[in-house]
Amino acid sequence: MELFRNNGTLEISEIDPFLAELLRQIPASANPDSVPAAEQRLFSAPADPAVEKEMCAEWKLYVEPELRRIFATATETVEKDLRQLGEDAKPFANRTLRIPLENSEAWLNALNRARLALAAKFDFTEAELCDHYRSPVGSRRDLSLFQVNFYGFLQEFIVRELECSSERIAPNEV
Amino acid sequence: MSASAPITGAVESPTITAESKTKESLDLPWQVVVHNDPVNLMSYVAMVFQRVFGYPKEKAEMHMLEVHRQGRSVLWSGVRERAELFVQQLHGYLLLATIERVN
Repeated sequence: MELFRNNGTLEISEIDPFLAELLRQIPASANPDSVPAAEQRLFSAPADPAVEKEMCAEWKLYVEPELRRIFATATETVEKDLRQLGEDAKPFANRTLRIPLENSEAWLNALNRARLALAAKFDFTEAELCDHYRSPVGSRRDLSLFQVNFYGFLQEFIVRELECSSERIAPNEV
Repeated sequence: MSASAPITGAVESPTITAESKTKESLDLPWQVVVHNDPVNLMSYVAMVFQRVFGYPKEKAEMHMLEVHRQGRSVLWSGVRERAELFVQQLHGYLLLATIERVN
């Protein structure tokens, strides 16, 4: 797999079918449905509920729906981009994914939600999360840990490219 | 300015000043705290601090490292409404952030 930037597009090329499948799973993984630990992590309390009971209740009522709307919009954007990895390609052929730079925020959001939801669902320890060389072959838990690390790698790439683009713009603005 | 203005001002000004101070003392003691999270990437957290608070890269990274090493960092303090807005933004980026009263 290769990652690079081509003008206003982030390109991920030479994606093998296994990684393409992991990419397709981003929207589903980012959805905390039916996993209370993931739901709690994605919609954390704004304060200690024991101390600020009223604030937390208002937050659930007014802020949480807005956060859900933001997250849903990001997921839709990612889903649209992921259509490039559609079924019309040959089953075992490598694919290319082009992410317009303006969609990078949505990707960061969806990737982060997927990582947090998976980590909460499988209750990964800090040591496990730092073990980047663990084989994905094995249990569902191992595969999910690989997913968390793979999504983190993509996130890192997008953050770095966004940072580079802001640094490139800065001298011209001055 | 009319000749009678200083007299009116002398009577009314202390009341206005006192009210303003009372309001500030009620509003001020809130802080935005970001808590450590083993999943969020360090580069991502620093980027979020730059965006939400407008901090320069060095300051954003300093807070990020404080979160990482000490488990939490106070990113901002001030009036409650603004603190809530910051926390809402931070939750939009999926950071573990809370509002606390300053002791």
